[in-house]
Amino acid sequence: MTMKRQLKEKLIEWFFLLNGILVILILGGIFILLLKNALPAFREVSLKDFVISPIWNPDAYDKPTYGLLPMLVSSLMVTVGALIVAIPLGIGTAAYMSDVARPRVREIVKPLVEILAGIPSVVVGFLGIVLVGPFITHLTGARNGLNALNGSILLAVMALPTIISLSEDALASVPRAYEEASLALGANKWQTVVRVKIPAAASGILAACMLGMGRAIGETMTVLMATGNAAAFPNSFLGPVKTMTSTIAIELGEVAYYTTHFYMLFAVGLILFIITFIINVISDIVFHKHTRAQL
Amino acid sequence: MKIKAATLKEFLGFLLLRLCMLCVALIIVVIFYDIISKGWGSISWEFLTQPPVDGMTKGGIFPAIVGTFFVAVITAVLSVPLGMGCAIYLNEYAKDNVLTRFIRLSIRNLSGVPSIVYGLFGVALFVEACHFGTSILAAGCTLGLMTLPLTITSSEEALKTVPRAYREGALALGATKWQAIRSNVLPYSVPGMLTGTILGLSRAAGETAPILFTGAAFFLPDIPNSIFSQFMALPYHLYIMSTQHHNIALVRPIAYGTALVLIVLIFLMNLVAIIIRYRLRKRGIVHG
Amino acid sequence: MDKIVRMQARDVNFYYGKQHALKGINLDIFNNSVTAIIGPSGCGKSTFIRILNRMHELVPSARISGEVMLDERNILSPEVDAVELRKRVGMVFQKPNPFPKSIFDNIAYGLSINGVKDKRLVEERVVESLKKAALWDEVKNRLHDSALGMSGGQQQRLCIARCLAIEPEVILFDEPCASLDPISTKKIEDLILELEKDYTIVIVTHNMQQAARVSDYTGFFLMGELIEFDRTETMFTSPKDKRTEDYITGRFG
Repeated sequence: MTMKRQLKEKLIEWFFLLNGILVILILGGIFILLLKNALPAFREVSLKDFVISPIWNPDAYDKPTYGLLPMLVSSLMVTVGALIVAIPLGIGTAAYMSDVARPRVREIVKPLVEILAGIPSVVVGFLGIVLVGPFITHLTGARNGLNALNGSILLAVMALPTIISLSEDALASVPRAYEEASLALGANKWQTVVRVKIPAAASGILAACMLGMGRAIGETMTVLMATGNAAAFPNSFLGPVKTMTSTIAIELGEVAYYTTHFYMLFAVGLILFIITFIINVISDIVFHKHTRAQL
Repeated sequence: MKIKAATLKEFLGFLLLRLCMLCVALIIVVIFYDIISKGWGSISWEFLTQPPVDGMTKGGIFPAIVGTFFVAVITAVLSVPLGMGCAIYLNEYAKDNVLTRFIRLSIRNLSGVPSIVYGLFGVALFVEACHFGTSILAAGCTLGLMTLPLTITSSEEALKTVPRAYREGALALGATKWQAIRSNVLPYSVPGMLTGTILGLSRAAGETAPILFTGAAFFLPDIPNSIFSQFMALPYHLYIMSTQHHNIALVRPIAYGTALVLIVLIFLMNLVAIIIRYRLRKRGIVHG
Repeated sequence: MDKIVRMQARDVNFYYGKQHALKGINLDIFNNSVTAIIGPSGCGKSTFIRILNRMHELVPSARISGEVMLDERNILSPEVDAVELRKRVGMVFQKPNPFPKSIFDNIAYGLSINGVKDKRLVEERVVESLKKAALWDEVKNRLHDSALGMSGGQQQRLCIARCLAIEPEVILFDEPCASLDPISTKKIEDLILELEKDYTIVIVTHNMQQAARVSDYTGFFLMGELIEFDRTETMFTSPKDKRTEDYITGRFG
């Protein structure tokens, strides 16, 4: 009787353990399936060409070329552009909410930020077309508002909620004693925020920015809809770009399955997976440093 | 004199921070104002209950609403049990060892995988390897995996709110671990898990990239009749109407209307989740 | 006149990670008597009592050595099933922890997990346990109200009733009155004295008067060690160890 019950308990525990292990299997499975579908591409194209060729032209009549560089640079460009906007704005807003705002204001802004996080990327992309694009044309005289700048602005909007809420958490977890010590020494609130709180929360804020970056670089619909998608090598923020994510999104729909081009798109996906994986692991390490520093 | 400079600096500094906040608030207001003001005119009973007609230049978005709903059901069927199971393991059974840390690391990384990569994974696994074809099933499964990290995290949060005393009380009476979990932990965490699940589904309902190649269709006159059918979906429909349609300027009101329906749908799902959470707090079962 | 030894700790050492929380504890618990464990906070008294029904296993980083005998059987041995053990050795916690169910269901819960399904029997046992826990008169008209609506003292007596319903042999009380007012405390103490006739009782308390009032034997713990163990009368009138004397006369703790 006891034996039977203990066995049952063990089986139940194993069942849930299996559930836990499944998560590892899914992550591993994503990597392996991407790899499996990416490798055949390099039967026809050398890895070297993939990495250094400055041209991505799979539909060329005589000899298709598959260069990662233009889209890698495009992705980095819009991401960096987004971070230039989102990091100061995000940290500023987080600092405002944690140290300046009255509770009433915070009660209003916090859910607003949560709502922003819930807006689907396709809606943000749509606004890039109908709102940001014409605005850019109007402001700069550029011929087309669908360009890297537009993508950067939209990605900033997408990355903002992550940066704001995680930075605010980091600022809120700074021990009150630090703040009080600084104020007791005669520092005013601004000096305390800038010289004590933000440095103390630095690694948490850094982790927040890295996660925001991870979100931006992997974001698909906004850049797909708002950056113009020209395959040429990017040369300006006012020119159209085609990121890694949009390349996959556009071309996977048109490509014949199990051709070099098809496999190539998986190779691009694999690169994207690896980049975001590295960003996540680093931000994880930074974040753990942050929480350990708290103890 | 020096004190004055510091005070001025403080004033300007806080002004800067306030401007940052106002800027963010402005972005949010503009987004909502634009979509609501321009989308409102398109909304009618017909718009919500009729399929698109005349080369998608007129009519409604009914099939897209239904498609989004069907896919959300599949998503929930996959991600809810798996997510809850994993959360139960992590919160109730897992010891602090390498395996547990590995599982947690995987969850955090899964939540950072770009949605288009989930799309590729869905094509390779569900559409091709599992022979689901481009279908509601394939798209739902893809979205299910994508929302899994969120379901796990929120389910674990829900389990954490159940006081230790409930578990200890049951164990001290001679309950086995599973008896304690089933009768004294799960009943009090299910509503919290539900909240997380709804939030996860609202995220899934707005996703486009993972369904681009796993089952979403440009146009279907009828609503899908099996899980192996293709489907129309609200976010994909918005994408089509704003970039792929042959007469984009003409269908702009439809695009605005679709965007409005989509964000209202997501907002309503969030609202339901918030109300459940609020009522729980009031009932005093969730502590903190 | 000493009674029969019911439980016995033999050279019990306990570690939380690297912290040595209990150091070579040897202690006898006598049948049908009340044994009090006293000592300042952090001395290991709660840790010790939790070992007696293996609740310590819920802490992942815990390590234990030594033996705890219950009727000549080492309950720490892996062959002993913790679930079976806890049915024989019940526990009442520091904070009353009724489940958010009705008063009736709180008691019926323990019965149902122990396989008592017969409705009439369950009802009988619920009433009987409530009476034993001196709670029947206060709640007989609202058995199906939520237990969370009761006062703290009533909740604690409900927890005792819940424990009694599964008919344990030993009952462990982990500071049962720590969160209660003096009147509720008095009721619990009276109850403990009443229960002593049928059960073997171990109570952890930081309240020395309480130990003096309810217990037959007292053990004094300090920093993980058992400093002194004796009949309560002897301990409180002529302690052998200087540290015990300092503690019970209120010089520290």
